[in-house]
Amino acid sequence: MAAVKETVETVGEVEKYKYGFSTEIESEKAPIGLTEDTVRYISAKKDEPEWMLEWRLEAFRRWKNMKEPTWAKVFYPTMDYQNAYYYAAPKQTVAPESLDEVDPKLLETYEKLGIPLEEQKMLAGVAVDAVFDSVSVVTTFKEKLKEAGVIFCPISEAIRDYPELVKKYLGSVVPVTDNFFATLNSAVFSDGSFVYIPKGVRCPMELSTYFRINEKQTGQFERTLIVAEEGSYVSYLEGCTAPQRDENQLHAAVVELVAMDDAEIKYSTVQNWYPGDEEGKGGIYNFVTKRGDCRGRNSKISWTQVETGSAITWKYPSCILRGDNSRGEFYSIAISNTKQQVDSGTKMIHLGKNTSSRIVSKGISAGGSSNTYRGLVSVHKKAENVRNFTQCDSLLIGDKCSAHTVPYIEAKNPTAILEHEATTSKISDEQLFYCMQRGVPEEEAVALIVNGFCRDVLQQLPMEFAVEAQKLVGISLEGSVG
Amino acid sequence: MLEIKNLHVEVGGNEILKGIDLEVGAGEVHAIMGPNGSGKSTLSYVLSGREGYEVTQGSIAYKGQDVLEMSVDERAAAGIFLAFQYPIEIPGVTTMTFLKTALNAQRKARGEEELDAVKFLKLVREKAKPLNVTDEMLKRPLNVGFSGGEKKRAEILQMAILEPWFAILDETDSGLDIDALKTVSEGVNALRSPERSMLVITHYQRLLDYIVPDKVHVLSKGRIVKTGGKELALELEKSGYAEYGADEAA
Ligand SMILES: Nc1ncnc2c1ncn2[C@@H]1O[C@H](COP(=O)(O)OP(=O)(O)OP(=O)(O)O)[C@@H](O)[C@H]1O
Ligand SMILES: [Mg+2]
Repeated sequence: MAAVKETVETVGEVEKYKYGFSTEIESEKAPIGLTEDTVRYISAKKDEPEWMLEWRLEAFRRWKNMKEPTWAKVFYPTMDYQNAYYYAAPKQTVAPESLDEVDPKLLETYEKLGIPLEEQKMLAGVAVDAVFDSVSVVTTFKEKLKEAGVIFCPISEAIRDYPELVKKYLGSVVPVTDNFFATLNSAVFSDGSFVYIPKGVRCPMELSTYFRINEKQTGQFERTLIVAEEGSYVSYLEGCTAPQRDENQLHAAVVELVAMDDAEIKYSTVQNWYPGDEEGKGGIYNFVTKRGDCRGRNSKISWTQVETGSAITWKYPSCILRGDNSRGEFYSIAISNTKQQVDSGTKMIHLGKNTSSRIVSKGISAGGSSNTYRGLVSVHKKAENVRNFTQCDSLLIGDKCSAHTVPYIEAKNPTAILEHEATTSKISDEQLFYCMQRGVPEEEAVALIVNGFCRDVLQQLPMEFAVEAQKLVGISLEGSVG
Repeated sequence: MLEIKNLHVEVGGNEILKGIDLEVGAGEVHAIMGPNGSGKSTLSYVLSGREGYEVTQGSIAYKGQDVLEMSVDERAAAGIFLAFQYPIEIPGVTTMTFLKTALNAQRKARGEEELDAVKFLKLVREKAKPLNVTDEMLKRPLNVGFSGGEKKRAEILQMAILEPWFAILDETDSGLDIDALKTVSEGVNALRSPERSMLVITHYQRLLDYIVPDKVHVLSKGRIVKTGGKELALELEKSGYAEYGADEAA
């Protein structure tokens, strides 16, 4: 696949953050700041029906009375929500019908990012939805998916074309008032992807979205909703990058997944937002709410994430295991270097009988970074025979970084069997020497050992992306030794 | 090929090697024998550049280059290979991946083209077979849970694939059963050539029946106290190191 190939080819010459360029492109922005008018502006830009506007306004009113959470182990100056833009779109008079109509500069940007937007390049069969700042630029492979009955489109389009589906599921997993950032997102979300897999359909290809923040001072608030009907299956991947800027930019996304009886959703993320420079200047604040609802019996939701970027990551992809026999999985690699702060983990909420969950978290801290795993396993009173297995491994590189593991366990049913294993280790001098004696340069040796440490999680990623993720691991740890 | 002159080495403030002189010509195989703690492994680490092994005096020249100026990986790419006495576990990295990474890193450092997956697989299969390294072993993380003998075979497989010019084998025979000893020795002998030299560290003359050395050196208390032909190993087997003051050293 082209994306992988390009990544592989450029790795040699990549310095710190290869996605740090920005694109000069004319854009259309909402006036700075956040008021009811901003919400109306966004809704109008999207040509939204009245019910959607009301939904947003309700969220906005709630948000005004909410406070930013402070429980996470992350530190940052108070954000000024009035000094940011909430909507930015590449200027284009008519919506593009096909790739030929998309601004070539945008396509160039995506090409630099290694995203194979042009369909002829897409023999690999990954359908891509690309979100540039606030709007979805183009969704490829729409036709082929339509044949299978799969809907994969920008959420703004879904609101217009499939209002009944959106109304039924939007906010049904992450309620409007769930938390400060989710509520903010509900008020101002600009785009994102919508996926609907009908009963019994196995989605014929991987679905993928690339998010890109380009504009200055602009927050990105995308919203993703995936619904898998009875007996269906879908594998979805998101990738994220942003230009290198001195200021901090907020990314507050909401992702909702719904899996009905016997359905399975596999959601993979490779997050590589700009992490800030060595001194901790700039970088993305990544405050994201991701939650999956295993609503049906025997349903399964699996989160796999590779988190290498962002100045601050605040993210807990969770599963509500409502249906009997349902299963939730969370596989995570979180790498922090320089001054990055990561507070991430998962919540497995066991409500149904015989539900099971598996958590494998690999935290790697280098430089002067801080890396916290925060996880909750909760077993409801009526949930019989619950099983959970949690494994949290931390790897430290150097002695100025830190790793923390904060597991919360609430078991209200005595039949639950919950296992928790945690380890903390360092890359040993012996291992480094051994690799280097075989000719592997030090930084590559670190990357090799770290990739080995992450193997269980990397194996969960679709093949092409696993290769890309491995390279990323190496890049994010550059300069962490010696 | 290799020229060591008056080499003094300190580890943690203690002088371990106290003036070693050793010259190994191209195509030669030298054996080093000596009591426990005499500094054999220390010598192998200094040659390969391990941190913490401080050269306080003397020099090492390899193919005319000053080895002490080169980093560990540079030495490896230049063809210095160490088969470890105690191979290190690399969790999560399969033997196959490790081998490919190492080979391509060396090729890259030498300005050669890297091998693609297909060519590499062919090469590994070809080299693994005579050493009885199974596909199953190649898929396992390197050295993790390997038996003592498997670890040693994996070391020789690495050597066979990397094709170094100067190989140091640190007690490669220890932990091998009789059949494996034969297999491994054959693997090593297959690599002998007029351009390739070896330093074979061992406690047992048995290995030298298979890998016949040009010279045998006795290392004791950080000094080479005797040098002879292959018959010296036989002598040592009979009389031990007593006459070299081993009782104090061990
Ligand atoms: N880090 C260290 N600090 C202090 N002394 C050390 C250190 N490493 C090695 N030594 C000492 O150096 C001496 C030589 O050790 P070395 O491993 O080279 O011996 P050897 O000849 O290989 O022995 P063996 O036959 O048992 O493998 C030993 O006395 C050992 O204790
Ligand atoms: Mg030794």
